[in-house]
Amino acid sequence: MSDLTTLKIAEARDLLRKGDLTARELTEAHIAAVDAADSLNAYIEKTPEIALGQADAADARIKVGNAKGMTGIPIGIKDLFATKGVHTQACSHILDGFKPEYESTVTQNLWDDGAVMLGKLNMDEFAMGSSNETSYYGPVKNPWRAKGSNSDFVPGGSSGGSVTSVAGYAAMGATASDTGGSIRQPAAFTGTFGMKPTYGRCSRFGMVAFASSLDQAGPITRDVRDGAIMLESMSGFDPKDSTSVDVPVPNFEAALTGDIRGMKIGIPQEYHLAGMPGEIEALWHQGIEWMKAAGAEVVDINLPHTKYALPTYYIVAPAEASSNLARYDGVRYGLRNVPENGGLTDMYEATRAAGFGEEVKRRIMIGTYVLSAGYYDAYYLKAQKVRQLIYDDFKRAFEKVDAILTPTAPSAAFAFGEKSDDPLAMYLNDVFTVPASLAGLPGSSVPAGLSADGLPLGLQVLGKAWDEETVLKVSGVIEEAAAFTSQPDLWWR
Amino acid sequence: MSSYRIQGATADWEVVIGLEVHAQVISNAKLFSGASTEFGAEPNAQVSLVDAAMPGMLPTINGECVRQAVRTGLALGAQINKFSVFDRKNYFYADLPQGYQISQFKHPVVGEGTVTLDLESGTTKEVGVERIHLEQDAGKSMHDQHPQFTYVDLNRSGVALMEIVSMPDMRSPDEAGAYLTKLRTILRYIGSCDGNMEQGSMRADVNVSVRKPGDALGTRCEIKNVNSIRFVRQAIEVEARRQVDIIEAGGTIDQETRLFDPVKAETRSMRSKEEAHDYRYFPDPDLLPLEFDDAFIEAARESLPELPDDKKARFMEALGLNDYNASVLVAENESSDYFETLVAALAKATGKSPTDIAVKASNWLTGDLFGALNKASKPITESPVSAEQGADLLALVEDGTISGRIAKDVFEIMFETGKDAGTIVEEKGLKQVSDTGEIEKIIDEIIAANPGQLEQYRAGKDKLLGFFVGQVMKATQGKANPGVVNKLLKPKLDG
Amino acid sequence: MSNIDKATVAKIARLARIKIDEEKLEPMAGELNNILGWVEQLAEVNTDNIEPMSSVVDAKLRWREDTVNDGDKADSVLKNAPNAEFGFYAVPKVIE
Repeated sequence: MSDLTTLKIAEARDLLRKGDLTARELTEAHIAAVDAADSLNAYIEKTPEIALGQADAADARIKVGNAKGMTGIPIGIKDLFATKGVHTQACSHILDGFKPEYESTVTQNLWDDGAVMLGKLNMDEFAMGSSNETSYYGPVKNPWRAKGSNSDFVPGGSSGGSVTSVAGYAAMGATASDTGGSIRQPAAFTGTFGMKPTYGRCSRFGMVAFASSLDQAGPITRDVRDGAIMLESMSGFDPKDSTSVDVPVPNFEAALTGDIRGMKIGIPQEYHLAGMPGEIEALWHQGIEWMKAAGAEVVDINLPHTKYALPTYYIVAPAEASSNLARYDGVRYGLRNVPENGGLTDMYEATRAAGFGEEVKRRIMIGTYVLSAGYYDAYYLKAQKVRQLIYDDFKRAFEKVDAILTPTAPSAAFAFGEKSDDPLAMYLNDVFTVPASLAGLPGSSVPAGLSADGLPLGLQVLGKAWDEETVLKVSGVIEEAAAFTSQPDLWWR
Repeated sequence: MSSYRIQGATADWEVVIGLEVHAQVISNAKLFSGASTEFGAEPNAQVSLVDAAMPGMLPTINGECVRQAVRTGLALGAQINKFSVFDRKNYFYADLPQGYQISQFKHPVVGEGTVTLDLESGTTKEVGVERIHLEQDAGKSMHDQHPQFTYVDLNRSGVALMEIVSMPDMRSPDEAGAYLTKLRTILRYIGSCDGNMEQGSMRADVNVSVRKPGDALGTRCEIKNVNSIRFVRQAIEVEARRQVDIIEAGGTIDQETRLFDPVKAETRSMRSKEEAHDYRYFPDPDLLPLEFDDAFIEAARESLPELPDDKKARFMEALGLNDYNASVLVAENESSDYFETLVAALAKATGKSPTDIAVKASNWLTGDLFGALNKASKPITESPVSAEQGADLLALVEDGTISGRIAKDVFEIMFETGKDAGTIVEEKGLKQVSDTGEIEKIIDEIIAANPGQLEQYRAGKDKLLGFFVGQVMKATQGKANPGVVNKLLKPKLDG
Repeated sequence: MSNIDKATVAKIARLARIKIDEEKLEPMAGELNNILGWVEQLAEVNTDNIEPMSSVVDAKLRWREDTVNDGDKADSVLKNAPNAEFGFYAVPKVIE
């Protein structure tokens, strides 16, 4: 057997079932790959013992013919998912030393299906960021480098560790979460497949909250089929989450028929941004051609409130975050700083000043301000009204089309520090992903080509609520057409 | 209209009072978690990871708490909102783990209703209820256990409360007291709150302002967390007096939160705690709007027992009770239950219609039994004399087996020993003597033994009839049937 | 619309319980004004008669049964506490 770490989940699954491969072999190969990828800084906590235990259990399970799609598959877990007894800090200093006494529903679903945990993955602090530069544990390096260059690029964010572990062959798949694009944008930056399902498809129980009305878990994998397999395992109704919806989970893999003939694909005209790099426009145009070639009908559509999605998001998400992050107060867990002779309020202020990074503080400040007396109507209420208009835009569009095709991000991966001093420039990275987040719709990012510098670019597919199957189907067609076989050089090994 | 006035140096002042009552909902589990609500457990033993606001924990609502709030609204004749919203009220405190309280702000589950007060004067007054909403209780901070630390227990954190907000319709401490009493009666009747103010399952925030009668409303102060009806009355008195003194000295009232100190009988500003409060309410994105249909409301309505005002009217109209007895009996569900059992058992034992014996039964219950229970500091649920036993006792009087006088003695023994009336009458030989032959014999003896008195009587001193009756009763240890004695005695004395 | 000055930053920081050093107030005011100035473009959207979005989930709030099935885990509750004594969380003394 060649390098086991380059196998896809579906391939490994079939080999495991045939008995040509054991979960232990596969896991050992990945544990070694995780160690070899230290310089990427994707993992902030490794759990090889847990992995081997789970691998042996998976082998036993396969033997008795009780295997599921994810049985024996080594994956990484974004640090935002609570894993019982294991480092869970959303890569924030304020959760210093926190080891939950509980398991998130999404990870529990994966373990129930026999998946194997390699460790916890780096991310932007509390998922606030688009470059993985806000992590308390330092930035993650994109496995991809520009042609003929040795300089490093950001992997995107906030799921930077997730995409890097997968693109860097240090996990077969990884859990991620998307609030405004945190699955799709980093997937695009690293040539991986990322899928944010419909809001309510994956339980948020045990997932450290950033913005509750937007947060949704999803998988990062190396191709669409793997994404379908992993998403199916992560999904499902959970009575412990009031926003989880009791709908059946389809067999997502079965949706990958490759047949989109007669399907209507919408092209939102408002996504043609002034000043967008030509190669992004060109990639999008290429995607449109692929759709036509596959027998789909391409339809121009309008999403008139698109330009207001980002400002809306940057009111709603910080508002919710300012409240969600109030629980980090030094009383029950995590960091506690008490100034000498300080009282309770001094403890709060010192703990939160030391525990939160700059971007998190900035968002808490914005969120606190837009909810405060005298400003609520002008900011928060206004934003929730515009959010309704954005939702209505999509609703109208989906009366005419089955899926929507756009670029995932307005550029390829950028260099460290390029945008980190300019919050607004950083926020603009999510311009194409945020609208669907605000509307709770499913969306994917599919690797579709390379920039002139040789960095990956992605196309985004959006679908109707609860119609992940169409998103996956269209994604599969793009994947096939793009024949994206490029890989990063394994320079870190 | 209340004529209660604070007499100032320049004028008489009217007091305007509104109450916000926090009533703990009776439920097994908390509002948003499956932890128990029971009182008095070990610290943090009734805390789920949701209550402790661990990262990633989410609220799920307990339907019973919704049902109880709706039942309470219905009992107050209030508007029930089929669509309501949970909001977050954001502030930091050690016993508020989430950093926010889940409450209802713009869209409460219950809208406007009414509480009818029964005032001491025998009149009634309607006080408007503005709204009832559901919210989480906070945990408990203990500041006196350690010199450097405050200890935090989250057992109460997340327990469901109903906040019942009145209109500023009350005008005196008496009216505020009557409001709380009535509200508590209703909550206990329907079983949505145990009304136990000592354990904190019912607490009141009291809004007080003063004005010259007929003027616009003055600036109000809110006195937080007053935990007995007596203290509510006191707090209103001292706060109203304080405000009048300030205004008459040329000052103005600051709208603020105050604390009542029952020991010093004063209210104090809590401004330090109030500093920078800006609750930043917004809809809780972890929860969807709360919705239910008419069928749910109807089922809640059907689950309501007869309410105190209806029951009182029935006791007065159908059973002929006076206002006082009816009011006393309906004040506690347990009292009226006892009464109804008593009347039913007595009617059965005597074969009489309830309307014929209800007044007697109510007099005995509100007089003899309540008096004895009061003396023994026992609630009616722990009465040593059951309603059935009480009915047996009253039935013995009704059929002439014992006299009303003897019944009081029998009752005392029953209350002490728990024995049945019949047994006591039997054992002590207390049966009334109605045998004319026996009584006649005694009368003859007494007339013979008191010739002087007989002479005086016959000379016109009619009052001596009482003397002879007394002697007969004494000779029979009170057992002689007074009617028979009177009938036989008179002709003999008259000669 | 937004013109956040140092004092406002200090007030917001206090509400959010985040200590911000005096010399950081001014730069923070600049950053916040920048971001808020940008989001204020929402003012140009006509939202007359538009209800604010309450949830993207098209479902009713589910209700739990009133059964006690949680709690009785003080050890788990206190396990990560920076300071726990006698079964309580201990925090610097609150003076009321």
